[in-house]
Amino acid sequence: MKDLFAVIMLSGIYGLLSASFFVAMDAVDVAFTEAAVGAGISTLLMLVVITMTGRKEKPTRHKPISALFVVIITGGLLIYGTLDMPYFGAADAPIHNHTSPRYINDSMQEIGIPNIVTSVLASYRAFDTFGEVVVIFTAGIGVLAMLSVARRKEDEDDEIASINDSMHQQHLVIRIVAKMLIPFILLFALYVQFHGDFGPGGGFQAGVIFAAAIILYAMLFGLATARRVINQTFIQLIAAIGVLLYGCVGLVSLMNGGNFFDYNVLSSDPIAGQHLGILIIEWGVGCTVASVMVIIFFNFAGRRQFQSLKKQTKHTESSK
Amino acid sequence: MTAHLPILQVIIPLMAAPICLILKRAKLVWLFSLIVSVLAFSVSVLLLQQVMTSGVISYELGGWQAPWGIEYRIDKLNAFVLLIITSISTLVLIAAQASIEKEIPKDKHTLFYVLFLLSLTGMLGIVATGDAFNVFVFLEISSLSAYALIALGKNRRALWASYQYLIMGTIGATFILIGIGLMYQMTGTLNMQDLSQRLPEVAATRTVFVAFAFVTVGLCLKLALFPLHLWLPNAYAFAPSIVTAFFAATATKVAIYLLIRFTFSVFGLSFSFTTIPLQTVFMALGLIGIFVASSTAIYQNNIKHVFAYSSISQIGYMIIGFSLSSVTGLTSTLLHLFNHALMKSAIFLALAAIMFRVGNVQLDNFRGLGRQMPLTMAAIVVGGLSLIGVPLTVGFVSKWYLLTALLEQGWWPIAALVLLASILAVVYVWRIVEVAYFKEPLPDRAPVKEAPLIFLVPIWILVIANVYFGIDTRFSVQVAESAAQSLFGVSL
Amino acid sequence: MIVGLFNDWVVVVLMMIGLYIVIAHGNLVKKLIGLSIFQTSVFIFYISMAKVDGGTAPILADGVTQYSNPLPHVLILTAIVVGIATTALGLSLVVRIKEAYSSIEEENIQKQDNKALKQSAMEQQA
Repeated sequence: MKDLFAVIMLSGIYGLLSASFFVAMDAVDVAFTEAAVGAGISTLLMLVVITMTGRKEKPTRHKPISALFVVIITGGLLIYGTLDMPYFGAADAPIHNHTSPRYINDSMQEIGIPNIVTSVLASYRAFDTFGEVVVIFTAGIGVLAMLSVARRKEDEDDEIASINDSMHQQHLVIRIVAKMLIPFILLFALYVQFHGDFGPGGGFQAGVIFAAAIILYAMLFGLATARRVINQTFIQLIAAIGVLLYGCVGLVSLMNGGNFFDYNVLSSDPIAGQHLGILIIEWGVGCTVASVMVIIFFNFAGRRQFQSLKKQTKHTESSK
Repeated sequence: MTAHLPILQVIIPLMAAPICLILKRAKLVWLFSLIVSVLAFSVSVLLLQQVMTSGVISYELGGWQAPWGIEYRIDKLNAFVLLIITSISTLVLIAAQASIEKEIPKDKHTLFYVLFLLSLTGMLGIVATGDAFNVFVFLEISSLSAYALIALGKNRRALWASYQYLIMGTIGATFILIGIGLMYQMTGTLNMQDLSQRLPEVAATRTVFVAFAFVTVGLCLKLALFPLHLWLPNAYAFAPSIVTAFFAATATKVAIYLLIRFTFSVFGLSFSFTTIPLQTVFMALGLIGIFVASSTAIYQNNIKHVFAYSSISQIGYMIIGFSLSSVTGLTSTLLHLFNHALMKSAIFLALAAIMFRVGNVQLDNFRGLGRQMPLTMAAIVVGGLSLIGVPLTVGFVSKWYLLTALLEQGWWPIAALVLLASILAVVYVWRIVEVAYFKEPLPDRAPVKEAPLIFLVPIWILVIANVYFGIDTRFSVQVAESAAQSLFGVSL
Repeated sequence: MIVGLFNDWVVVVLMMIGLYIVIAHGNLVKKLIGLSIFQTSVFIFYISMAKVDGGTAPILADGVTQYSNPLPHVLILTAIVVGIATTALGLSLVVRIKEAYSSIEEENIQKQDNKALKQSAMEQQA
């Protein structure tokens, strides 16, 4: 398929399908995230990119036999490896009998929240999740380093705003509907944030939903308006603070005489300490994820505006 | 606080990165990151001391016992690697301030330091952890920041090099992820120590064999072993010079560390080297890599390219030592990790200084530099001699151990080939020396001054280290040898 | 055996489709899409090994005794985030490459680089 637009749409559908597959496999948290990321954010980003890079793929002339060769070798190796695997759904497979029974049987006494995935993610393996937050932070900084454009003067900003205003005048219905929807989306994000202990959800998903609301706003009301609502420096600050918040929970437990991320020492009652620790780190995750998603989107869209602005000035110069 | 050293090692640069973003002012951020790096360095010194005297340190994150929680496990091997990384990062950061002034646009300076600290964090995290999945997470932190750092290079080819690195690196990381998944499926654990105890039970299965294959191939992609090295030369050549100096000395070392960790500690010696013909494969690839990369280096005109190819060939030496699966062989690999970090960071920092003064590192522009920048050029010469393996430099020590290890097992043809390959190194180093000292400067290049002190100090610290550890080998050999011995002790 | 391993085989096929796209296609955006398909199929592999027959989602509830394994879910949550981080960074590189080379086809970029290399070699001879 040579039309990238169709390819991206299909890959979005693939994301959604795998999300529903995850539901069927009992992985509701993962499904939630995959739906938000695979079908949502990454599709959106790719669409923004092809508006800048063109949507047609050029046909290649050479026959990719070597690629086929590599792929067949790896695939064959993997199939060979599957032959000795425990069968699908078998309850006696090693993974179900070594570490996981403790998570399932004891997490209620040790951590005291019903969603085991959240207990493992936020307490038993809190450091992995910290790493995950740092990964997303790194990506945000990386995108910033690649795409950020030095801030233009105010008057140019206004000019863009006016262009945008005239452009978006036509989408009156969508704008009003969105205006009504956005508060509910934000509210839903908060619900997901707090509900992570009991059902599927948590900081990451909440962050993505929160960012989606802001991105929706930016798409409909123009980037410049959205930038005026949410300042670039401010959002970078939030991203940094999210990481720091998460890390500080660890540092505080160090100060209180426990190991890093040992929530038991955060409060006199270990269970209360666990609750407190998980609550705070989920906020850290939410802050960083939401702000990094917004940073990424703003920078992609900002670059696009910068490009079209450059083209315009070139045009006017050449016509003169 | 000494009980918490393992986690402080990683957490100090990690927490510093977002603080840098808040501080904003580039000069301030530079000073701050330098202090952080010095702190990390002192932590690693203390760690090494502690490990050498009292043995393996285990640290349970979150207070959860090992196979359920994540464990940090510091033994002699990773304490040694941690020391290498933090010392190089400190020295490189000193010169960073002046170097990025010329090579990176002003508004990106703060971001540069944030990314630098993040990639330092990533590497330290990979090395310190004792949990297989945690390795993957920190691998991604270090790689993502590496892609961004490389793409900051001035030349547009930096972007393309970074993209290629991103594709190759992500394929490598995903391969590792598949391997870890397969291991987890067969054993039900992610902790390395626990894996090493539970893997032998299922070692005969095809799944474990495939897991091993995937982890190894993924790591070889990351460490740029021939023929998976194609991403490296351009990434090194077009990255900002400071970034090159840091990565050339550390990034591939971390991958080699992981390879050693997985083959020796996790899968175990008997599985890695008897069940699988790893020895022959690695020795062959290492040798071919040395010859192909060294001879390619001879034909390069961009000096950064020359030394990037030379890095690939040096990886070949390390892999040969590793493939011998003997204590001496592994000692030579570990020694070479340390020594190669010293030489390459000296050379690439000197190139950064030349970049600072001259503006590029094409061979033609080196004419007359021997007289115009005598101290910088002298550093390159000493580094070059060390690469060749001349006595009284560190290069000699590691080559000596490699040759001893080869002869110990009667591989004298390979030993001869290794010696022959050193001649290739003589050729590519001589080309630079000849141009720099015996040719008149190009008429259209304005004469340049010696590099400023901010470059010369770290460069010459490294040069002196190159000679010092070439003469007084007690420290490096002792640590490398006892690390190698402990690895064999565990698995035998 | 066929039923027991069917899931894994489907995953392998998906993985290989992704890997093939990454290696064989010249368009940089398409390569990234291939990469994300490759990664997503690894996620499926992890999740399907967590499933237990007759188990439910790992959220504790009364009257349920059999749960699926929660650990792979946690790992994959992390891996998904890593995946989107890589994609975002890759896409930003693509945008910059498009600006610098005004093309996002591998062949085209390689050609431009080679041309520049030849030119500099020519200058040196002259």
